[in-house]
Amino acid sequence: MNFIRKFYYGDIPEEKGGAKTESKTSGHDWPLWEVFIRSKQGLDHKHVGSLHAADAQMAIENARDVYTRRMEGVSIWVVESKYITASNPEEAAELYDPAADKIYRHPTFYQLPDEVNHM
Amino acid sequence: MSALIDYTLHLADNTLILGQRNAAWCGHGPVLEQDIAITNISLDLLGQARLFYQYAAHLMDNTDEDKLAYLRTEREYKNLLLAEQPKGDWAQTILRQYLFSQFQQILYQQLQNHPDAQLAAIATKSLKETNYHVRWSSEWVIRLGDGTEESRNRMMTAMDELWRYTGEFFIAAPYEIELGIDLATLKTVWDNKVKAVMEEATLPVPEKTFMHTGGKTGTHTEHLGYILADLQYMQRAYPGCEW
Repeated sequence: MNFIRKFYYGDIPEEKGGAKTESKTSGHDWPLWEVFIRSKQGLDHKHVGSLHAADAQMAIENARDVYTRRMEGVSIWVVESKYITASNPEEAAELYDPAADKIYRHPTFYQLPDEVNHM
Repeated sequence: MSALIDYTLHLADNTLILGQRNAAWCGHGPVLEQDIAITNISLDLLGQARLFYQYAAHLMDNTDEDKLAYLRTEREYKNLLLAEQPKGDWAQTILRQYLFSQFQQILYQQLQNHPDAQLAAIATKSLKETNYHVRWSSEWVIRLGDGTEESRNRMMTAMDELWRYTGEFFIAAPYEIELGIDLATLKTVWDNKVKAVMEEATLPVPEKTFMHTGGKTGTHTEHLGYILADLQYMQRAYPGCEW
């Protein structure tokens, strides 16, 4: 039983204030892709969002149109969302909390002799 | 000089009218990403139109880019007939964009070497955008032509509808002859490029068909009047209005 109806772009009919689409099914069965953009200043690709596309080539072009219109990027990576494995938020306690009381893992824990400059 | 003005207006009108046509997709695209893609192209074309109108206004007296866009009648507009055709369904929009952009690409490549420095500069600047339009639209032509039965049928219908307006590209208007625009060379290049894309898309290129002409010299299909009514209403009802 599916109680929650998820609305995609174009699902809401025009007479109810939604956008008109030429075909009701188009695009909805395209997989989701995550987009990473490297900016002019940055060295790393940063996650900027996601989009739908039929294949990798279309995903790159869609990303170009959706995410680099205001000169944000010089390089684009896309990866199909299903290939990303995420950590489970419910396991956050066992994954991250143990690091909280290990202050000796930070360089600031150690007293440096005055003779060591520029650290 | 008047040939140069006419030709610059022809290039400006092409881009303004097709930009206006594509803008109608804003908020209505088949998916969000393509809605943005087609309206991006629309804005690129509008940007090119402004450069051409500004240059034309510079060559003329007592006018500016806004007057040229908003206060000329359809008989004064010199755009290609293909640009003013209705947007139709997605297949028709895609096919028109490809046929047009492919022509624009090779034309701008040629114009880069035009003796008129300003035209050459605008062509050079616009070519990068046009290269992307060709890439985007040709991939869609292939995707739809070689896609499902439905998409293929729609592409065939679009081809029947639009092909008859492509012959006009290569029939020189008096101002093109005077400026020495080499349309014969362009035709060979365009034919080959379009043939290659259509082969990949498995779409048959129509053989000899009757080709409509007249847009370049101001004889338009019935669609242009409606576009201009939309486009020009505000300036005509409230002359000089700004917001």
